[in-house]
Amino acid sequence: MPTRHPLRLAIVTTMLAFTVPASANPDPSDWQSVVAQAEDQTVYWNAWGGDTRTNRYIDWVAKQMQAQYDVEVEHVKLDDTGSAVARVLAEKQAGNNDDGSIDLIWINGENFAAMRESDLLFGPFAESLPHFALTNATDNPEVVTDFTLPTEGYESPWGKAQITFYYDSAQTETPPQDMQALLAWTKDNPGQFSYPRIPDFTGSTFLKQALIELTDQEKALYQPVSESDFEAVTEPLWAYLDALHPHLWRSGRAFPDSGPNLRTLMSDGEISLAFSFYPTDAAVAVMEYELPESVRSYVLEGGTLGNVHFVAIPYNSPHKAGAMVLANFLLSPEAQAQKQSLAMWGDRSVLDIEQLDAETQTLFEQGDRHPSELPADALSNTLPEPHPSWMTALQNAWLERYGVN
Amino acid sequence: MLRLAPALIIALLVLPVGAGLMMVLLPAFGYLPTLGGHGASLAPWQMLFDQPGLGRSVMVSFASGLVSTAVALVIVVLFLAASRGTWLDRGIRRLVSPLLAIPHAAIAFGFAFLIAPSGLVARLISPSLTGWERPLDTLIINDPWGFSLMAGLVLKEVPFLLLMSLAALPQLAPERRLMLARSLGYSPTIGWLKTVCPSLYPLIRLPVYAVIAYATSVVDMALILGPNLPPTLSVSILSWFNDPDISQRFMASAAAVLQLGVTVAALLCWWLLEQLIRSLTRYWLINGSRQRGEIILRLVGRSALLFSSITALAALVGLGLFSLAGFWRFPEVLPQMLTLDHWQRSGPMLATPLINTALIGLVSTALATALVLATLENEHRQHIQPKRALWLLYLPLLVPQIAFLFGLIVAVESLGIRPQLGLVIAGHLLFVLPYVYLSLAETYRRLDPRWLKVARSLGVSRSAAFWRVRLPLLLAPLLTAFAVGLAVSIGQYLPTQLLGAGRVTTVTTEAVALASGSNRRLIGVWALVQAGLPLIGFILALGLPRLLGTHRRDLAT
Repeated sequence: MPTRHPLRLAIVTTMLAFTVPASANPDPSDWQSVVAQAEDQTVYWNAWGGDTRTNRYIDWVAKQMQAQYDVEVEHVKLDDTGSAVARVLAEKQAGNNDDGSIDLIWINGENFAAMRESDLLFGPFAESLPHFALTNATDNPEVVTDFTLPTEGYESPWGKAQITFYYDSAQTETPPQDMQALLAWTKDNPGQFSYPRIPDFTGSTFLKQALIELTDQEKALYQPVSESDFEAVTEPLWAYLDALHPHLWRSGRAFPDSGPNLRTLMSDGEISLAFSFYPTDAAVAVMEYELPESVRSYVLEGGTLGNVHFVAIPYNSPHKAGAMVLANFLLSPEAQAQKQSLAMWGDRSVLDIEQLDAETQTLFEQGDRHPSELPADALSNTLPEPHPSWMTALQNAWLERYGVN
Repeated sequence: MLRLAPALIIALLVLPVGAGLMMVLLPAFGYLPTLGGHGASLAPWQMLFDQPGLGRSVMVSFASGLVSTAVALVIVVLFLAASRGTWLDRGIRRLVSPLLAIPHAAIAFGFAFLIAPSGLVARLISPSLTGWERPLDTLIINDPWGFSLMAGLVLKEVPFLLLMSLAALPQLAPERRLMLARSLGYSPTIGWLKTVCPSLYPLIRLPVYAVIAYATSVVDMALILGPNLPPTLSVSILSWFNDPDISQRFMASAAAVLQLGVTVAALLCWWLLEQLIRSLTRYWLINGSRQRGEIILRLVGRSALLFSSITALAALVGLGLFSLAGFWRFPEVLPQMLTLDHWQRSGPMLATPLINTALIGLVSTALATALVLATLENEHRQHIQPKRALWLLYLPLLVPQIAFLFGLIVAVESLGIRPQLGLVIAGHLLFVLPYVYLSLAETYRRLDPRWLKVARSLGVSRSAAFWRVRLPLLLAPLLTAFAVGLAVSIGQYLPTQLLGAGRVTTVTTEAVALASGSNRRLIGVWALVQAGLPLIGFILALGLPRLLGTHRRDLAT
């Protein structure tokens, strides 16, 4: 600021002194002061609350944060992540720019893209977190890319998910290994497979999985939809679904409403092949009496879609320092190892475990593999997520075709 | 002070609904500066009408409101006509309050498990009678025309309409009317229908309208039982408001306005039906036919309500079994093993939500009861007829929640009020107050004024007469109204979640969050806790008068 008039400077500085503390954003590069500022803050963490394992883990995290940093973590249990986005938007609409009700959101993909586009996120902060280096982002670009979009430090990686199929080995000996085999299998086993109704996240991911395998223009999927011929790229997908739907559960006249709902159908014995975004889903469901012990997990031969999920801080969070300390703790080897253990959650780590020192690596060693769990090496074949615009376009096209029965 | 009560009540209820509606109307016509909407535009409506299946969504919402209400009303009226004084009558009267207390979502989950192809009924008869080793692949729940949704709604509406009728009946002196009709040779059921029913209906008309409005816009039951290709309008609205693509909010707002239109259209249609039925039955009422139809009406009247009550109870039993179940697959009638695991794991998480639920319920119901009593006492002291403006009381029940709650958030935020417990309590008051008023007003007005005259002639002041004569005489209905209010508060999901920003957790918000994970065993645990809480309220409501009133016999009931 040019200082032509000392008095004016004095006035401006005084005004700043009054306004700044209310809206001061902590500087992520000065970590000591972030930790100091975080002390005694209460962080409202909005995260989907439909799963006891996730809830159990977040509960553990809250206890650690209290003990190690004097930060209180409150888990705000959502039934839909979109409602947190809607909340921040309503606050912005009402002009509440520095005292929002959300400090951290569990988020990825479409919701991230939407929040970034409307400037609803605080950042960049993620790459300044001390533990971020452990992810070795140079060799693992998926921790800084969300549905092809660079995260640019506006969200911090938390865990890894990948589509994993599971089946009842007592009813099916050879489960289908690719999309064509899946079609043949459903013809032989009518009514025993389904996917969640669009626009559910898991259902939409199934569409993308099928599209990647069926189309001959795979490259187009990693650009915005507007840059390619949507009709031509997706034509094989619709032909496939037209053939598949009559053999689905309820002949495709209704669809389960969510990924977890697929598991319930399996549990009731209505279907005998299903899939989940959590590789350990089937094993944990067996441990919690939801699925029979004969359930086995696998990944399709050509690989399946996988992605990293993140946490982000809304632009109007009043406790950004606390939220950053929490995001950093979530990246600690201690927290990542706990998350990965089957007894806690079973969500895979985003850290580059090979790069950790030998002693820290032992934290990640698991005991015997559960028979319903995937073999450890099965997840190496991960397909990257298409551009987020494909998800929206596919959802609209699906609803147009199959949304009314 | 007292004179301000009616105005205060109306302001309390009308202002938030109005502000909320305004904040939804603006984006519906393109005004939402945060998202770059600055002018008037019909684009949101264009987008809405382009949605595949919108027509069907609207149809199902409209039809489920009318059909379920009509069926529930017929069941209740025929039951009252056919079962007066029987053991069934006494039994059902005891059952009705607890049934009212079970939250909608809990009934929906239980009912879905009952009637699904892999559900409890199919398990009972399989494979021994049917030969089904695997569940049949038939579409029962989520049927395209919403029949299972309508059936689920009927289960919840019957106890409510029955309770409202039972509260209104005594002032009609039905026994005397019936005696007269009997002496003229009318058979009991026909006699009741011709002499009592036409006077009863006007008294329960408002509750009926509230039921229609609720059923056209219900979200939680429609999510579980309703069609999904396409879903009902209210379910679509919720998913559009929560869509990651934020620009959908314009269309979502337009859809919320459309929802209001659908509800108003259903109410209008019902009103027309009322007129039609009145003119159609005019001849039947006076044609002197005394016996025709008696047997069949009596049969239907006694069995239909019994059947719906048993279904609701069976739904709860199914959930209870699941909360204790180990692995339990079709076609086993009972789980392979029983375990307390699900209860134990939920145990530590129950405390805070339970305390919040009780606190919010008790405070909002106490406030509502006090306000309602003040309004009614004012009406009595000023000798005024029930004001027409009191119709506005029912605004929060008639305007679909989903049409104004999203707007209300913006309005509240603009005033600088942050989400907190107090705001949630105020939000609950919006819905608790009208229901408390509905349950109390008629009984209050019909209390024999001579009691108070006697008290005043003995030199007691007005307020002492109120506290020492009126309230003790009204203790039982007062407690019933309190219990209804409590049940309404406990069942609220959207207001709690939206006004509390999810920070204020109740048993219901936890149950809905868990329901999105579809673990039926945990859903069973939380649904039972949810149902048990208001049940405690009702047990107190029924038991307290006996405890407190041991030296006051013959209190009004």
